[in-house]
Amino acid sequence: MAYFTEENLRRAHEIIDRYPRAKSAVIPLLHLAQEQNGWITNEAMTHIAELTGVTSAEVLGTGSFYEMFKFHPVGKYLINVCTNISCQLLGGEELLHHAESTLGITDGETTEDGLFTLEDVECIAACTEAPCFTVNYRYFHRADENTFDEVVAELRSGRSPLDKGKQGDSGDIPLHGTLSRIQQHIPQDRKAGIIPPEDSKTAPVWMKKNAEEAKS
Amino acid sequence: MNNSAPAFAAGYINNDGPKLITERFQFEDSFTLERFLNTGGYDGLRKALEKKPSEVHDEVREAVLLGRGGAGFPAGVKWGFCPEGVWPRYLVVNGDESEPGTYKDRLLMERDPHQLIEGCLIACYALGLSQCFLYVRGEMALAQERIANALNEAYEAGYVGRNILGQDFSVDIVLHWGAGAYIVGEETALIESLEGNRGMPRLKPPYFPAAIGLYGQPTIVNNVETLSNIPWIIDNGASAYKEMGSETSPGTRLFAISGHVNRPGVYEVEQGVTTFRDLFYGENFCQGIRNGNELKMFIPGGGSAPWFFEEHLDLPLEARPVGDAGSMLGSGAIVVMDETTDAVKACLRVVRFFARESCGKCSPCREGTTWEEKILRRIYEGDGRPSDIELLLDIGDNISPGPYPVAAFSDQNLEAVPFPPRQTTICPLGPSSVAPITSAIRRFRAEFETLITQRDSIPVSAAPIEVEQ
Repeated sequence: MAYFTEENLRRAHEIIDRYPRAKSAVIPLLHLAQEQNGWITNEAMTHIAELTGVTSAEVLGTGSFYEMFKFHPVGKYLINVCTNISCQLLGGEELLHHAESTLGITDGETTEDGLFTLEDVECIAACTEAPCFTVNYRYFHRADENTFDEVVAELRSGRSPLDKGKQGDSGDIPLHGTLSRIQQHIPQDRKAGIIPPEDSKTAPVWMKKNAEEAKS
Repeated sequence: MNNSAPAFAAGYINNDGPKLITERFQFEDSFTLERFLNTGGYDGLRKALEKKPSEVHDEVREAVLLGRGGAGFPAGVKWGFCPEGVWPRYLVVNGDESEPGTYKDRLLMERDPHQLIEGCLIACYALGLSQCFLYVRGEMALAQERIANALNEAYEAGYVGRNILGQDFSVDIVLHWGAGAYIVGEETALIESLEGNRGMPRLKPPYFPAAIGLYGQPTIVNNVETLSNIPWIIDNGASAYKEMGSETSPGTRLFAISGHVNRPGVYEVEQGVTTFRDLFYGENFCQGIRNGNELKMFIPGGGSAPWFFEEHLDLPLEARPVGDAGSMLGSGAIVVMDETTDAVKACLRVVRFFARESCGKCSPCREGTTWEEKILRRIYEGDGRPSDIELLLDIGDNISPGPYPVAAFSDQNLEAVPFPPRQTTICPLGPSSVAPITSAIRRFRAEFETLITQRDSIPVSAAPIEVEQ
């Protein structure tokens, strides 16, 4: 069953071709599905299963382990406020409460206009820049209630608040589902080629150097 | 003096010390191939390719480069665990940084992706690894972007892929990214995830995936910071590397100091010669505790590490003495808490993390961490029972038996002494939850007792219900 668009199907095949085993592509393809639709549908999982040669139950089994995959619609912007220890010490929980009262939703809920989903997130590796939050996984460091309000206002008015992140990141924040705005692309003529376990029982060619020079 | 972090390298603070892996952070375009090549980039790779692969491995072994992911195992020794004559072998880069308090790998991936790529290539050359998978944490969108861009540049310029630098050396580096699971930072769970499965750790033995790893083949799993050190070591030699730091912990390390200090940040620190006191109070480092407050406690190596206190301030930043004192440097994550911190609340928050992130494979961890959180919460909320303190310690004992922390393999003289701890689980996640509990109860038992006795005087659950007339 076709779920991916023509362009995304091309990207899906490009991703699968990088791995010795197609199943390794399941998580990247779930991300691709989420990028296409904002969340992961049953149709998406069926298509991923076909492409990677596993059952759709296995795709769900893998996908449901990971927090970033959403199996129901979420807002265009997923706001993750960190409350783990470093952020908690400097007001992360207060920031989360502010976010909850400002947006009128609690952890895991989505605003009625479908714009924002709020989550209380575990450590997101910005501990020296606490308290922090992310919008679609784009960082806002050393944030306070004002930062939060400004970011929400900018997003509501359709502008990018990324320059308020204090990180050196710039440009637009892509809608929920899109992570990297740049894709890895391996040119065919530069590709070393994948080596599946069953295809090679010998050492790579450069390892011969070890023996050759030992003889001399 | 206020040389705070430039906006483009958030968190990083230049402390005037030796810079092995953060030299390029001063440049706004540090992540581009152009800047990398202008600042000695890929020189280490060139030098490596002039040597025999085994000589490159010897150089890294000689440097005693300790793994920077948490366990602190020497990389050169780990590299030697690949069984002879079994091919192909793979390299998996652990960029799933998510230990509470840890912020260094994200910086290295965002600010200097080519340095990491160069480290990967040298490792592949030294060990005959056929393909490299660079596993970046799912939440790190900018890091994925910078690495994707760097790989595209490097492929185009002939540094990655077929016949690297025109030689008989061909390796693909594949950017792979996760989807939010702390446990995937455990190396066998990382491999499971990379194979497209739920990220649950594998049963040991084998203890190292170097024996049986990705697709059942020998696999080297190294941390981002570990690999980022390789280009410098090969370019300058192991002896130059060992001139810095101490004998058992040479070189520098990235430490992220967060919490109640005046100048939190990520610092590249020479190991062994710097103490926690230097780090917290030094003019070149964190410049003291906020508002001149007293230090209450600090976590020396990420959420999994037992807490340290004032009497530990003069310990050097070096794996062995920190291990001997009963904790670990772990992932270089130091969280400083001042006198205003509620020990029970801090303990609850760290334990909640482990409860949420337990993968559920082993019952002592799945059930244990969940109950630890529930019991701590009821104590914190004034609903605790007098038996709760002993109950918490007993649950901890079921996950990590014996006086905590005790190294599981104390006879093997591992670098980081209490790690891995004795455990009834497959991986150290469950035992990690015991660290904040034993630390907090041993030191601040009175705080727990006060909360519990308050409950006895004002029983919340038994409060009279006021009925409106």
